[in-house]
Amino acid sequence: MGQQRITRAECAHVAALARLELTDEELDRFTGQLDELLDHVAEVEALDLEALPPTMHALPIANLLRPDTPGEVLDRDEVLAQAPFAEDGQFRVPPVLGEAP
Amino acid sequence: MTAVEIAAAVRSGQRSARSVVDEHLDVIAGGDADIHAFNLVAADQARARADEIDGAVAAGSDPGPLAGVPVALKDNLCTRGLATTCSSRILEDWAPPYDASVVEQLHNAGAVVVGKTNMDEFAMGSSTENSAFGPTCNPCDTSRVPGGSSGGSAAAVAAGFAPVALGSDTGGSIRQPAALCGVVGVKPTYGLVSRYGLVAFASSLDQIGPFTTTVADAAAVLDVISGPDARDSTSISEPQPPVSHTLADGIDGLRVGVLTELSGNGIAPDVAAQLQAAVRALESAGASVAEASAPAAVYGLSAYYLIAPAEASSNLARYDGVRYGLRVDGPSTPDMNTATRSAGFGDEVKRRIMIGTYALSAGYYDAYYGKAQKVRTLIINDFASVWERFDLLVSPTSPTTAFPLGERTADPMAMYMSDVCTVPVNLTGQAAMSVPYGVGDDGLPVGVQIMAPALGEPVMFRAAAVLEASL
Repeated sequence: MGQQRITRAECAHVAALARLELTDEELDRFTGQLDELLDHVAEVEALDLEALPPTMHALPIANLLRPDTPGEVLDRDEVLAQAPFAEDGQFRVPPVLGEAP
Repeated sequence: MTAVEIAAAVRSGQRSARSVVDEHLDVIAGGDADIHAFNLVAADQARARADEIDGAVAAGSDPGPLAGVPVALKDNLCTRGLATTCSSRILEDWAPPYDASVVEQLHNAGAVVVGKTNMDEFAMGSSTENSAFGPTCNPCDTSRVPGGSSGGSAAAVAAGFAPVALGSDTGGSIRQPAALCGVVGVKPTYGLVSRYGLVAFASSLDQIGPFTTTVADAAAVLDVISGPDARDSTSISEPQPPVSHTLADGIDGLRVGVLTELSGNGIAPDVAAQLQAAVRALESAGASVAEASAPAAVYGLSAYYLIAPAEASSNLARYDGVRYGLRVDGPSTPDMNTATRSAGFGDEVKRRIMIGTYALSAGYYDAYYGKAQKVRTLIINDFASVWERFDLLVSPTSPTTAFPLGERTADPMAMYMSDVCTVPVNLTGQAAMSVPYGVGDDGLPVGVQIMAPALGEPVMFRAAAVLEASL
């Protein structure tokens, strides 16, 4: 195994970006496991890839267009019945900015 | 009875769909406590659907090519009003407001959904041990894993709970469990089967396919679920010829390559021996066999474990506690999002989200994600050269037979290596399937992987039929 590729602090930063809160034990464990994976995938560093285009999709795919006319839609009550918290036909969430009203 | 036999008997009125479904529900009730293939058994719904089919037959109409065939669905395929959990706490109580396209297609063909099968959480894993609801056991030996991530679907078919199951394959999640459980498993060409209603893991790699006990059953199911779908913008827009009609055409004169990069290093000797036996069978049937090489295939695992987590980190951003699924309250919406995701996701899902977030983050994008996408191009180019000289490729499906439960759970890298033979084909979008071919030294099933160019399913199935008949 070479030098450390991801530090505990970087791991904590990535978790925050992904909206995950990790315990100290999880952070220790995941840092080691992510480092081991990054060390394995570093094998591709030896490849000369400069001239190659990136592949997003394996098969050539063009945009599919359809007439802009209303079709079937999901039933609003059925959808909202699955929400953790709905009110007056809408999803309800805690305050996004600032204090609760 | 196979799916083809059941459908023939039900369509001709020889057997009632209800008796077929009752019989399978009895086998499930008697056996699933030891296997845990199912997250949910939809017994009442299945009986009601079977009665509908019997009513249709009595009224003189044809319920379709899968009339009365019990089907188990991986728990990441949306079923309207029926829990679809992805074996995750974050979706534990979610009942989708719509059916996946494949569920509609099966319904319209007369099939009967008997339940939802266990899986690695969000399809991330190779052993079905990453389920929030506990592991599935391999029906061939309950101390072993069934493979994953579609381990519940593979086990359901192997245990006789249903003749047909659907799974999803992002890096081998149909083929590897099919190999470890001794059943047929198909990863169709990317875009052949609609992904509408498949809970997304890595959208450029995910594909739905069947598990069955016979090659003919797999062909019959694929013919039902393949085809264009306006609701999936990546589905191939031209209908493809059915594979069932050409199954018996043989492989005389076909050029088969043994892909050296996936067939040598790291393959257990007993698995390699079964591959050699399969090669001899293909030669006896008139195929010419030679070694084939796609050198970049050895980098498949590295490219896969950057691309799949990157796409997953984006796809799984939707689990935020707002519109469906689990919510853990917090004083603000960002706090609520974080509390929900931290409580709702298991370790492997968190690891993959973090790998993906890291690979996509500023400063690392070019070094990791960008590079992985170029490696993907390299692998596609290498396979394109191989297809100039070969019609089909073969390799083992898995480097080993089914490993013991718990053996690899503490070591993610060891678990990831289980996918080494299967991931290249997801990166290239090609067709591949696993066909059971004898057993290893431990008496457990070995699978042979057959790979074909994009939309090469008809030829691939002909070779699968030859292998099956040679056993």
